[in-house]
Amino acid sequence: MYRYDGYDSKMLEERVRQFQGQTQRYMDGKLSDAEYLPLRLQNGLYVQRLAPMLRIAIPYGMLSSTQLRKLAFISTHFDKGYGHFTTRQNIQFNWPAIEDVPELLAHLAEVEMHAIQTSGNCIRNTTTDQFAGVAIDEIEDSRAYCEIIRQWSTFHPEFAFLPRKFKIAVCGTLEDQAATQVHDIGIYLIKNDEGDVGFRILAGGGLGRTPVIGQEIFDFVSKKDLLSALESILRVYNREGRRDNKYKARIKILVREAGLEEFKSKVFAEWNILRGGSLTLSQQEIDRCKAYFKDPAYRELENTPVSLREALASDVLFANWYSNNVTAHKRSGYAAITISFKKTGYPPGDVSEEQLLLLAELADKYSFGEVRITHNQNVVLADVEQGELYSLYKTLQTGALEAANLNTLNDITCCPGGDYCALANAKSIPIAEAIQRKFDDRELLAELGEISLNISGCMNACGHHHVGNIGILGVDKKGEEFYQVSLGGSSRRDAALGKILGPSFAQEEIPEVIGKLLDVYCENRTTDERFVETVNRIGIEPFKTRVYTSKE
Amino acid sequence: MAKLIRNRAVESDDWVILQAASGIDVFPALRGRKVILPLSLFLLEEEEARLQLSEIGVWLDSHENIKHIAGRLNDLPLIALNFPVFSDGRPYSTAKKLRADLKFGGEIRAIGDVLRDQLCYLERCGFNSFAIRADQEPEECLSAFSDFSDTYTSTTLQDQPLFNRRT
Ligand code: SF4
Repeated sequence: MYRYDGYDSKMLEERVRQFQGQTQRYMDGKLSDAEYLPLRLQNGLYVQRLAPMLRIAIPYGMLSSTQLRKLAFISTHFDKGYGHFTTRQNIQFNWPAIEDVPELLAHLAEVEMHAIQTSGNCIRNTTTDQFAGVAIDEIEDSRAYCEIIRQWSTFHPEFAFLPRKFKIAVCGTLEDQAATQVHDIGIYLIKNDEGDVGFRILAGGGLGRTPVIGQEIFDFVSKKDLLSALESILRVYNREGRRDNKYKARIKILVREAGLEEFKSKVFAEWNILRGGSLTLSQQEIDRCKAYFKDPAYRELENTPVSLREALASDVLFANWYSNNVTAHKRSGYAAITISFKKTGYPPGDVSEEQLLLLAELADKYSFGEVRITHNQNVVLADVEQGELYSLYKTLQTGALEAANLNTLNDITCCPGGDYCALANAKSIPIAEAIQRKFDDRELLAELGEISLNISGCMNACGHHHVGNIGILGVDKKGEEFYQVSLGGSSRRDAALGKILGPSFAQEEIPEVIGKLLDVYCENRTTDERFVETVNRIGIEPFKTRVYTSKE
Repeated sequence: MAKLIRNRAVESDDWVILQAASGIDVFPALRGRKVILPLSLFLLEEEEARLQLSEIGVWLDSHENIKHIAGRLNDLPLIALNFPVFSDGRPYSTAKKLRADLKFGGEIRAIGDVLRDQLCYLERCGFNSFAIRADQEPEECLSAFSDFSDTYTSTTLQDQPLFNRRT
């Protein structure tokens, strides 16, 4: 993974010192709340009623075992012994005292970590597919470009006060596990007719109150022009994005109100000036960044060794985990495995100090000392020898991390909701738990196959409910918590926004409603048809009828 | 005379800024002075202003577009960009365009809600003078310019991004 040199370390130290000074002046009453607000946000610190929160950046999801151990330390010294993986490959800690935050950031800096630009109206952490570099269907490893974008966007002086937050995702795989099309800028690595690899760039995607799928701005940008293309989009947005209404301030609204063609022509006018200038990437820089993401020292191994076959034959729980949580790897004899943080009874994405330490140990023992956080709040060990899978699985059991539910109904993506978040309309964690309890049956989950279920506690959509095959949104109805259900969303290549089923439901109705939706699916599906495919084929009417008719 | 920061030093301000609603009737009282006109007045009454005043600059509010003065840059020693509120980021891009794309060589001044913690980035976008908000001490703000010793991306102070300079 990327390692800091003297330049990176120095800038990070300076940032920690700067924020120390700012926090001191705030404490001394020299900075008003309003003046301190964007400063602390751009250092990841939310101060909210229920639980203050610090969001720490995990650039494109990559963590080393050393960093995991530091996070474990932070979870006990500054939080109550756990953290929370977010839907943007970051980690959050609750309850840090403002005056402790500079010290906490100094700890992070020791392991090349920070909370820079993890909130506020600036360019946020760039995200990518968690299988970058090991996927079998990859055009090119996206991580070098993520790092290039990270550096360009970090401390970018022109874009620290955008109309609203700005999120970029990069995807080099065909599958697309990065939700690329629902980002302010979504970047696909593509190969053109001449065989050159470059970028297709979308803009104007996003979730929140007005969910939109991004539209194509550049059909092909060569590698050297990546940063000038991004800078052009950002400059038009910074100048022209709406600032009069925070709900209309995202770039998606600008693209819509200006019209795609008009927006594009403005971007191209900027690009004509910037292209070929000092932002032009040299091959040397691309190679330098790529060198940090070279293949680790793989051994020559056979696929499906005898020991694995024996274990699969003898342990049915392991076989179940293997079939759900193991992903094919580009190298023979290796596997990418996903550790599910969705065990029933545990809040989705929550990670305890012990689990952080265990992850560090597993990373060192099985996967070259690195893990990756996924945008579905799970953790990937990307380079595990197939012969080690069984012993790895056994260790996972000791840390309550053996849930074999990846990509099933119970692999619920869920925001912190009303239990933690001051903005929530409704709780989300108890909804996830109630659903998990109802369907916590290995055979049933296998029977239902691949389904994504996403829950957000309010319109801000941190749980990405619009792009869940089943989406659940907490709404406030005259002071009571209700839940709106949508169907047919997807965040993959076939990205789509879910359609709202109808009137919302009370909390206790939800598990039963989900049950009815699944009944309709099972009755209508053709062989091998996934839930979302059935929804797309038969439409939402049959689901609607079942859920609302039986209600009366 | 009010104090301001120019090229990282505290100086007294020898310019007068006219409010947005001002008209030519105020010119006689300012005869011989250096005056910063609001954009609309500059566009309407430049000739009259040049007759009566010693030097003129122009200021743009955050939503105003520099295309209106892009052809006149050689005749302007100073362009001021207003921050209605410090978190309005538009003037950063305006200044960057003036300095980097249009090669404006005169003074680019930040006016309005200008505070210490924005100075470092403002300077990197092309501003070189700062009329710090009246309740702040300009002397106490000077250290802000050295908050960061380097930058990743290209700025108006350092055209080469770090990736072309790493050794
Ligand atoms: S979706 Fe709403 S409730 Fe959930 S974390 Fe985001 S802001 Fe909070």
